[in-house]
Amino acid sequence: MPGPRTIPFDYPAPGAGPAVALPGAGTPWLDALRADARGLSANGLPGTRMEAWKYTSLAPLAELDFSPPPAHEAEASESADPFDAVAGPCAVFVNGRFSAARSRLDSLPAGLRVTGLAQALADDPAGVEGLIGGTGALNGEPLAAFNAAFAADGCIVETAEGVEIEEPLRLRFAASPGVAPLAWHPRVVVRLGAGSRLTLVEGHDGPAGAATWSNPLADIALGGDATLSHVKLQVEGPDAYHTALTRAALAGGARYESHLLALGARLARHEIHVRLEGEGAACWLGGGYMARGSQHVDNTTVIDHAVPNCESREVYKGVLDDTARGVFQGKIIVRKDAQKTDGHQLNRTLLLSRKAEIDTKPELEIYADDVKCSHGATAGEPEAEQLFYLRSRGLDHRTALALIVEGFMCDMMEEVPHEGVRAVLIERVAAWIDGGGCP
Amino acid sequence: MLTIENLHATVDGKPILNGLDLAVNAGEVHAVMGPNGSGKSTLAYVIAGREGYEVTAGSVTYRGADLLAMSIEERALSGVFLAFQYPVEIPGVGSATFLKTAVNAVRKHRGEKEYDAMEFLKLVKEKRTALGIDDGMMRRALNVGFSGGEKKRNEMLQMALLEPALAVLDETDSGLDIDALKVVASGINALRGPERSMLVITHYQRLLDHVVPDRVHVLAGGRIVRSGGRELALELEKSGYAGLGLEPSAAA
Repeated sequence: MPGPRTIPFDYPAPGAGPAVALPGAGTPWLDALRADARGLSANGLPGTRMEAWKYTSLAPLAELDFSPPPAHEAEASESADPFDAVAGPCAVFVNGRFSAARSRLDSLPAGLRVTGLAQALADDPAGVEGLIGGTGALNGEPLAAFNAAFAADGCIVETAEGVEIEEPLRLRFAASPGVAPLAWHPRVVVRLGAGSRLTLVEGHDGPAGAATWSNPLADIALGGDATLSHVKLQVEGPDAYHTALTRAALAGGARYESHLLALGARLARHEIHVRLEGEGAACWLGGGYMARGSQHVDNTTVIDHAVPNCESREVYKGVLDDTARGVFQGKIIVRKDAQKTDGHQLNRTLLLSRKAEIDTKPELEIYADDVKCSHGATAGEPEAEQLFYLRSRGLDHRTALALIVEGFMCDMMEEVPHEGVRAVLIERVAAWIDGGGCP
Repeated sequence: MLTIENLHATVDGKPILNGLDLAVNAGEVHAVMGPNGSGKSTLAYVIAGREGYEVTAGSVTYRGADLLAMSIEERALSGVFLAFQYPVEIPGVGSATFLKTAVNAVRKHRGEKEYDAMEFLKLVKEKRTALGIDDGMMRRALNVGFSGGEKKRNEMLQMALLEPALAVLDETDSGLDIDALKVVASGINALRGPERSMLVITHYQRLLDHVVPDRVHVLAGGRIVRSGGRELALELEKSGYAGLGLEPSAAA
């Protein structure tokens, strides 16, 4: 039976109290954008009859009465900063709101600029207009509309041409659940100047508590030959909902690397759209997901080869236990003129329980005739032969399985170039296997 | 050390071992030879406890205990080691990490102190150097991308580190050139001792030039059809299995 096309959803929940004023209110272009976006959001949440949402139902989200967090900074419980050991600048957001006091941005390397979005909207709304886009960017992206309508904060990251930033820049989004369900919609804008390089480490963490809904939207534009290594760790608590959309546009010769480790939340969707707009651009999308209990984790990617001679590589690997459910949707579009495109996609899932489930949907839309494109997917139990080999060396079943799972996932994490960041991810994988890893 | 009586085993319902008898005393090295399909690898897997190899009759007694009642890891912990014909690749699992985990599991079971990282590194260096294994191999994932010869040497390294009481070597010589064969053979010989028994399973007798067995058995049709001293291997080499009246096709 086909599900609904949209799910009615009143946000903010009726009776949530007076609306919190959004930054920059009164700026005509912004008011117009927000009004349009609000109109779109009034259509509700996307339902499973929409192809892009076929395997992920947001119905449980719609049953909760979410409202934006109060304007003052939350004092409630928090989880530990997962990247505490990683040195370098750090912007901290609590329930989606930038916290200058907790951020470490006072000695940024030359050529790197990090600005809180609310601050930027207050100081120079005209300067932000070109960065957060018009209504057109919201078409077909129902959750982006919620973000555009309700984003109370976020940040703008910019690099100057040609700079190579050594230390990673961290964006930490800490959830601090209240007594009632809270939602936030941080907007992140990343602009890399031509030839510059940056490592961006995005962390989403939070403790158990009342439901939270984090709906971040990131717009990334890489100038010619720029390289962004974008690491994301998602370890929010068991009552969290996380729906993220990252859109990256690459000029010629630019390289975008995405490294995801998704462990947390009751329901999480990590959606990435990459548009290769200049010849010689390349992207690597690497994703690891581990879920247990009744967690639901969705990875949806769209890689759009708009011009010739671009390369894309995509590997998503995951481990699902109990009744956890995984979704992988990977679309590769090769436009008519995008000859000599080289695109490969792979999704592999280890199922540790008979009740765990993965829905994997590769979609290749190819309009050019001289291209190399492939996709592959595997799902199944750990190989009996591997277990036998390890047990025949004296390892008990549990230890053997843990080694196999850790090896399967850490293979992915090895792709993360920054050593300290990589070590944190590998530790998280090991902790998950030991039964923890998430609050 | 090991007593096998009237062993019958099936794989996917197909009988492979059909009343096999074999006894190996402590300190002895026995060779089991036989044509393809005679049940050599099945014997190795039944001893190691691989799932899917169903024993339908008979017994296997190891140091006085019922080996067939033990789990795979219990067998390994109590000193049974199988050198695989085709060692399994385990992506993402570092060779060194795996070795340390395995060796310490066995030591713990024996009531011995577990090695710390430094002690273990030193021990591995000593053992791997003797087998011509470089440090780079230890840093790679277990058996992943290893050549055939590297995989076999890695099996010998594991055997040297785990110090089993009963080692079953399943076609350890297959796929080795003559130099690698000599290295592996000297690794095996270095481990011979009064308390350690070995079952060397091989199709060809060339390994037995270097690892001289105390007894040689010919396996055919899932049974030991002939046993003898070292000279039996040489006889086989000269006349082939057919010379013994054992056509490979008939045996299979």
